[in-house]
Amino acid sequence: MKHIKTLNTKKLSNTVKKGGCGECQTSCQSACKTSCTVGNQSCENNNK
Amino acid sequence: MIHQYKNNGYNIVLDVNSGAVHVVDDVTYDVIKYVDDNLSDKFSGLSDKIIIDDFRKEYPEHESIGSNDLEEIIDEIEELIESRELFTEDLYEKPIEDYKNRPTVVKALCLHIAHDCNLACKYCFAEEGEYKGKRELMSYEVGKKALDFLVANSGSRKNLEVDFFGGEPLMNFQVVKDLVKYGRSIEEKNNKHFRFTLTTNGVLLNDEIMEFANENMDNVVLSIDGRKEIHDMMRPFPSGDGSYDLIVSKFIKFANSRNQEKYYVRGTFTHNNLDFSKDVLHLADLGFKQISVEPVVAKESDEYALREEDLPKLYEEYDSLAKEMVRRHGTDKEFNFFHFMIDLEGGPCVYKRLSGCGSGTEYLAVTPTGDLYPCHQFVGDTHFLMGNVDTGIKNTELQGEFKSCNVYAKKECRNCFARFYCSGGCAANAYNFKGSILENYEVGCKLQKKRIENAIMIKAATSE
Repeated sequence: MKHIKTLNTKKLSNTVKKGGCGECQTSCQSACKTSCTVGNQSCENNNK
Repeated sequence: MIHQYKNNGYNIVLDVNSGAVHVVDDVTYDVIKYVDDNLSDKFSGLSDKIIIDDFRKEYPEHESIGSNDLEEIIDEIEELIESRELFTEDLYEKPIEDYKNRPTVVKALCLHIAHDCNLACKYCFAEEGEYKGKRELMSYEVGKKALDFLVANSGSRKNLEVDFFGGEPLMNFQVVKDLVKYGRSIEEKNNKHFRFTLTTNGVLLNDEIMEFANENMDNVVLSIDGRKEIHDMMRPFPSGDGSYDLIVSKFIKFANSRNQEKYYVRGTFTHNNLDFSKDVLHLADLGFKQISVEPVVAKESDEYALREEDLPKLYEEYDSLAKEMVRRHGTDKEFNFFHFMIDLEGGPCVYKRLSGCGSGTEYLAVTPTGDLYPCHQFVGDTHFLMGNVDTGIKNTELQGEFKSCNVYAKKECRNCFARFYCSGGCAANAYNFKGSILENYEVGCKLQKKRIENAIMIKAATSE
């Protein structure tokens, strides 16, 4: 595309199909303890 | 739903529900805005000519742009709509409801190993470790029961997280060591893996503890606020003396001994240092590569609390920090800032993003006497007492309230572009400011949105 550059290729909607396995880190255990940040966390679903 | 903004020379269009991030030129930015504002069915049934004529009326500044260019832009937009990367709908409410209704398992504990502290930080929500109670240390027996409780209630989850927290956990270091040993001893037979983390102010940190932590802790969080004068102002000893000089060299050594990975230096900024980007850069210039400096959570009456009128200055600070991080990208001065980290490719699934932080359900805090609370920020408020490590969860009604807390249960979140990145925000902040975990703490939300915009801009800038 000439006018639009898309940064990511993964669509969130595709992650619905695999279900939530819950193996990923709990939000508050990372650093914050006073806020909630999930956008930076890694998926740990081994079956993805 | 889309979210558009301009930052540091980049025109960014976030398609909220697909998570797609588009960087566009000036005219395309306005065409997308025009479509969003005016065409409820987007392009259906309208010729390019009608759209272009109307667009030119609404945006006369683009009058000189040729029809061919505008047709090209419209084609590109249509292509993205077709591939479900622009103007997508939110189809996740039902799946999230089902997900939240699944049987609850516990996968993380915040162990309050010491309700005592050797510092007297002015903003401490733990009140120098006392948490509205008395100074006390967790015994090995209570800690052991907590780990057993976690294993017994974790269902099929393999990875279990345990944070040694306080107060100051190194005031009870022998119990930390003993609990790590115990945890390891029960991993294999239960098919579990513990990820231990330690949060410390550094006062008691020594070589032996660093070595132990490097062998056993998946992550360590090292509390330091930034510049010496800022740190010493808010993080003094009970005598009033500052703690910066005692801890800073130990933290540098500790971070290096972990190869600058799997740790955070973690600071708090307040109304007293609204220029907090200087504190972040101070830490970066000391050589730290993993940095988190976060807004204080305080009562409105506290003199150091952040206020609505501080927001413009704080936005400037986040912008300036983000620009500096772009400048440092790819150099040996590059560093990570926790609140600007965003994973556009391998990030978490929709369930993780929308189902809330897990407090009161999969994440619990354990006091020195073994009482269970929804998270560390609720400890000491007996309204939130959920049970203890002997009896398990007794207050199932409260657990149900936390279980139902997700972005769709919060009216402010439903139309917010940030909901896929903050998961509805911190329940404790919402409760402390608004009296309900289903409300929103506005200042926190506004700062969160700003951080997300900056994080995406950094991705745009560093992808070139």
